[in-house]
This record gives sequence, structure tokens and C-alpha cells, in this order.
Amino acid sequence: MSNLLCCSLLLLLAGSPISSTAQELSGDSMRSLDGQVQAIKSDVLSIASELNTLEERLLFPSHTQISLFVSIAEDDEFRLDAVKLEIDGELATHHIYSFKELDALQNGGVQRIYTGNLTTGDHQLNVTMIGKLRNGKDFNESSSFVFTKGVKPKVLGITLAGPGFGTNAIQVGDW
Amino acid sequence: MVFRISNSALGLLFVLLAVAPAHAGELNDLYFGEAIYYARQGQFFEALERLDTEIWQHDQIDEPELDSLFVHIDDAEFSLGDFELRYRMHHRAGRAIRAVLEGAVDEVIRNDAAYRLARIHFQKQQMEDALLALNRIDGEVPHSIRDDIAFLRANIYLAQGKQLESVEVLKNLQGSDEYGGFAAYNLGIAYLQDGQRSAALEQLEKAGQAKTDDPSELAIRDKSNLVLGTILLEDNEFERSLQYLNRIRLDGPFSNQALLSAGWASMSIGDFERATVPWSILADREVTDSATQEALLALPYAYGKLNVHGRAAINYGRALDLFSAEIQKLNSSVDSIREGHFLEALVREEIRQNKDWVIRLRTLPQTPETYYLMELLASHDFQTGLQNYLDLADLRRKLKTWSGGFDAFEEMVEIRADHYAPLLPEVDEQFRKLDSRMRLRFAQHKMLVKRRDDLLTMPRPNFLATPDEQAILGRIEIVEAQIAALDVSTNEKNLRRLKRLKGILNYTLRTEYHERLTEFDKNVRGLDQAMAMVQDEYDEYVRIRQAATHSYVGYGKPMRRLRAEVQQSAEKIEQLMARQGHLLEVLAIEELVARRNHLENYGDKARFALADSYDRATQAQARLDDSP
Repeated sequence: MSNLLCCSLLLLLAGSPISSTAQELSGDSMRSLDGQVQAIKSDVLSIASELNTLEERLLFPSHTQISLFVSIAEDDEFRLDAVKLEIDGELATHHIYSFKELDALQNGGVQRIYTGNLTTGDHQLNVTMIGKLRNGKDFNESSSFVFTKGVKPKVLGITLAGPGFGTNAIQVGDW
Repeated sequence: MVFRISNSALGLLFVLLAVAPAHAGELNDLYFGEAIYYARQGQFFEALERLDTEIWQHDQIDEPELDSLFVHIDDAEFSLGDFELRYRMHHRAGRAIRAVLEGAVDEVIRNDAAYRLARIHFQKQQMEDALLALNRIDGEVPHSIRDDIAFLRANIYLAQGKQLESVEVLKNLQGSDEYGGFAAYNLGIAYLQDGQRSAALEQLEKAGQAKTDDPSELAIRDKSNLVLGTILLEDNEFERSLQYLNRIRLDGPFSNQALLSAGWASMSIGDFERATVPWSILADREVTDSATQEALLALPYAYGKLNVHGRAAINYGRALDLFSAEIQKLNSSVDSIREGHFLEALVREEIRQNKDWVIRLRTLPQTPETYYLMELLASHDFQTGLQNYLDLADLRRKLKTWSGGFDAFEEMVEIRADHYAPLLPEVDEQFRKLDSRMRLRFAQHKMLVKRRDDLLTMPRPNFLATPDEQAILGRIEIVEAQIAALDVSTNEKNLRRLKRLKGILNYTLRTEYHERLTEFDKNVRGLDQAMAMVQDEYDEYVRIRQAATHSYVGYGKPMRRLRAEVQQSAEKIEQLMARQGHLLEVLAIEELVARRNHLENYGDKARFALADSYDRATQAQARLDDSP
């Protein structure tokens, strides 16, 4: 909206000291450069995509790869502050959420919180979430899950919710 | 409590996810969710990179309906265009959104896409195309963008000089929660541009009295009063003009201009004393503001008119000092920009983390160049150039990081090659031997399964004889043949005995047949399980063996190519940044030089007026001294 508004608002704004010819020239140059900037963005995006795929293949081969994703359920009574994940008793990751990250999760975003390597067989995942309730009280919840890592890449989705969800506050599902 | 994860848990997941309106419904694709996660944080490069890859992978699948993105594909393609738009990649965004428009998508999504396409054209000042895109909207329109569409349409008409059409659209937007104030103001402007002066004044007056607490609506209310006051001031309706200028908040963004105009309105009706009130306030405000600078000259001018020449002289002196200091500051700013400090300040990370970073630039030390650039920074072309410069700086940072990673990757590949290459030939040799033994076992297993299946359809008791029984049966056959070769009397006796023996054996085989077949089947089934385990281990070994090779083979070529591409892109970005940066610097310097020239002109006037005021003050003092 701001651009549209800006256009309307500027209709009667006092002119800048710069001459209109200079402005036109700079406008033309800006537009010409803009096209080139868009092209280089496209090139770099394509490099990023290829590089990420290559990096994933190199660092996390498919037969050992495990990825954990976090999302949160719609729950106004609860604010997530941090998540700690342990696999087979070893700390996999401990993430503290910024305001922006939390907002992204609350609006349908899914965070890839961990990617690593695991051997095939059974493993235990411990999920701990730390947060605050609407009344200001601290809220802690932990759950353990057993999963089997096969020869294919393993993807687990973790859904977090407040105490209103009872024993389902932490859910983990195979993907 | 420990839970076992199974696929059945899948249905429980993500059903309750809070999703953005554009992605309403159950989210089935984690990678699409990941793209949304980045997009919601304003990290559109990361969002695009992930969504691009996800859609590309989806397109490569033979049976896309089995892919988790399948149910979201329209939404994902729409989001792709949206993210590209937000990442200021209008060319690609236009293509992506056009693809959505031309695809068999839901009416609501198509209409949203048409609106976004119209916005792209509007921003590129392609008004005809923008209108064409809007005209494609048909049927159900998402409620959240109904007013956006109308407001955009009104602005397109305004830009095309179709004021009457704009007026009609804006009239319907007057009750809008989102656009009420802005629509009221724009309606006034549309009337004004259409030459309907009285309707314009009436409308602007209405817009200038809006009841609101919203900061942006308050600003537009002030703006309406400022425009109204300025029109009346230019039409020499000074008293009426003052009425509207005085409505403008003293702490709003238009207060400086309002104070300045209010002073001139009072001056114009000869009320010099009243003029000093707003100008005194304004003269103590931020000196870099052009209205303040004008007030610094106008205030002593008003005192001169009031014949308070001494005070006028003091204020002219103050103005002169301030103008000199500002000119000095502007000169330093121009030098600073030429030394590259302006661009350095713009890309400072701590500034860009703050949404009000343009404002904060003013407060930073060593960035005097930004004091006078607020208007320039707000202009569309400069903003585009600036955003591009910042995006390029981000890309440069990314490329630099990636560039540093290649050495590590290559070393990793080398270490793996050194580790695996000597081991694998021996492992392969052992595997070949094991493989031939396993193939034999697999063939035997297959034969046993076939035999069991045959026995189920065609009973053959002899096939289930124990090794001892088979040996006896074999022996009986041999003895039978030997007896056949001897004389008849002996044969008959022995043959009877043999028949009895054979009969006993056949009796056992036939009576125990089902029991033995069951046992045989049970053993074959046990063998099936064992063979399946062997097969799994075999497959796993093959995969791991392949993975061992894949961990160091096949990286060299793509890595070299990517390294070269990163290098080329980095060079291109350096060139573009230099050109873009230079353009920004030139614009900034032009702005500063123009402001300096303006101040120098003011300084000349102040110097002359100062001398004049001293003369008049001295004369007045002399007259006072001469009086009895």
C-alpha cells in the first residue's frame, strides 16, 4: 500500500532541489540497472539452489540423513521461547526463538531445525520445549519418541502446542 | 513416557497449524512450510531458493499426485510469484503470476494473482497493462484485497489523467477501514486535478477532520489540511488558510511546513506579530529542514516589519551562523560521500536490522551525509536504487561465504577419496565372492519355494521322504533290478519281501504326507524370512557401497563449475554495485550541492539583511538619543 500511497501523496509535495532532467536521467539509469540486478539475483538463486543440493549430498548422504522440522499449533495461550532436541541422549540442537521466527511459525512457517547423520536402526528423540503462558507463568514440556532410521532419508515433523493440548502438547510424526 | 512414531501419527500432524491466509488449510508439505518460514521473516532469497527447488523437484516426478506438494501446487506457484515480487524480481514475478493466471487455478487465487500483476505494472508505471490485469478479475475476490484492488484502480486512473473514473472508484472507498482516510484525501486530489475546485476543497476539508488514532491516518489528515491551507494561501484567502493550517498537529510530519505557511499567511494580512509565533517555534527546530531554514530568515524579517530592528539583527546573525555551520557540514558531507562513507553507512548491518533504519542513519556518528537526504531517500527511484544496492551487498556477502566453502568441500572430498579409494578394491573383491555364494543360495531358495508350491497343487509324497527313507527307496530299486536278473523262484519270494518293505515305506510317506508338507512349508517360510533379511542386508550393503563412492566421486566437475559461476557472479556484482553506488552517490551529492547553493543564497540574503537591520537599529538608537 505504501507505494501506492506514496504516489498519491507525492502529487503535491514540494519538489526536490535536483533538476527534473537530472532526475529523469537518474531514473533511466536506475531502471536500466534494476533489470541487471534482477538478472544477477536470478543467477545467484540458481547457484544457491545447486550449491545447497551439492552440500546436502556431501554432508548428509541420503542413507544416513535425518531432518527434523518444527511447527506450532494454533494456541494463543502459549508462547514458545526455546526448543531442545536430543537424539539418543546427545544434544542435537537447542534453539532460542526470536520474535520474527516465532511470528513466522505462528503464521504457517515450518522450521527445519536440524539436519544430521544417523545410523540405521532404532533411535530415541527427546523433545523439550520451553515457553510462557498468557498469565506469565513458565511452561516446560518434554516427551520422548522412538523412531526407526532406515536406508532412506528420515524426515520427522515435530508439532508443539501449549498445555491446553494435554499429553498431545508435543507430537512427532514420520514424514 | 516414550512414544513410538509411526506413519499413522501423520494424520494428527499439522492439522492444527496456524497458517497465513494465503496458505489457509492443512499444510502437507514441510518444504513449502520452510519457504513460508523464511518469507515471513522477510528472508525472501532463502524462501525463493527453497520453494524454487521444491517446485522443480515436484515437476520432475512421474506421478506428481503422490507428492506432498501436489495439493499445494497452485498456492506454491502463487507464493513463488509473491516472494519474487517482494524480493524485487519483477520480471520473474510477472512471469510466475502470469503462469498462475493462465493455469487452471481456483478463482480466488487467480483474482489475487491478477491484482498482484496489476501492482507490478503499476510500479513499473505501465498503467495500461495494470488496468488490463485488474480487468481480468472476475468472480469471487478475496475479501482481504477488495479495497486494495479499488484503491489501486483509482490510482491507475489518477495516473492516466482519468480523474472522473478515479472519483467514482474513490467515492465507494470512503467507508473503507483500511483506506478511508487515504481515499478521502485522494478523492480531494482527483477533484482538484479535474478542475472541480469547490468539490476538492469540500472533500479535503472532510478528509482533514477525520476522527482517528492511527498514525498514518493522522498524517494524511494533516496532509489534507496542509494542501487545503496551501491552496487557499495561493488564492490569497489568508484567514481561511490559517484556519486549516492551525489544525495540523505540531508534532506531525507536516508541522514544519504548516508553521511556515501559517507565518506567511499572517504576514500577508499584515499581522506581523502573529507571524512571529509559528516562525519562532519553527526557527528552534531541526536546522537541516528546509522549512526551518526559511523560518530562520523569515522571523527576523517579521521583526523588521515590527520595527524591532535590534532583535531582527540578532536573529539574522543567528541565521547567518547557522547557515555557515550547515554549509560547512554540507561540504563535509559531500567530501564524506566522495570518500565512500555514505555507501558504507548504508550497508551497516546494525542499521538494517531496524525497520526505521533510514531515520537512524541520522543519529549515527560519521554519517553527516544523511542529514540532508531524507527527502531523497524517500523518493521512489532512489529507494529502488538503494534497495538494489543493499540486495547486491547481501548477494556479495553470500557469494563470499560460499566461495570460502569450496576449499573445505574439496578437501573433504579429497580426504574421503584417500580413505575409500585404497579400501574399496579389496572390499569389492570380497563382495564378489560373497555375491556368487549368495546368488547360489537365492537360486536354491527359489527352487524350494517352487517345489513347495508344486506339492500344494500336485502331491508327491516321495519328495518329502527323509534322507534315510530316500536311501532305502534307492536301495529297494537296486535290489529289485538285481532280483529281476536272477531265476524266477527266487525272484518271487524276494519280490514279495521287497514289495512289503516298499509298501511299509509308501504307507508311512502317504500317511505322514500332510504333516510333512506342513513342516516343509513352515521351514520354507522360516527360510523366506532369513532370505529377506539377507536381501535387506545385501541391498543396504549395495547402497552403502554406492554411498561410499558417491561421497567423493562426481563432485569435481560441478564444484569447479560452481566455483567459476560464483566467481563470475561476484565480479558482476562488484561492477553493478560500483555503478549503482556511484549513481546513488551522484544523486546524494547533487541533492547536497543544491541544498548548499540554497543555503548560500539564504546566507547572502541574511548578510545583507543583517547589515540593513544594524543600520536601521543604529538609526533608531540615534533618533532615540537625539530626542529630548
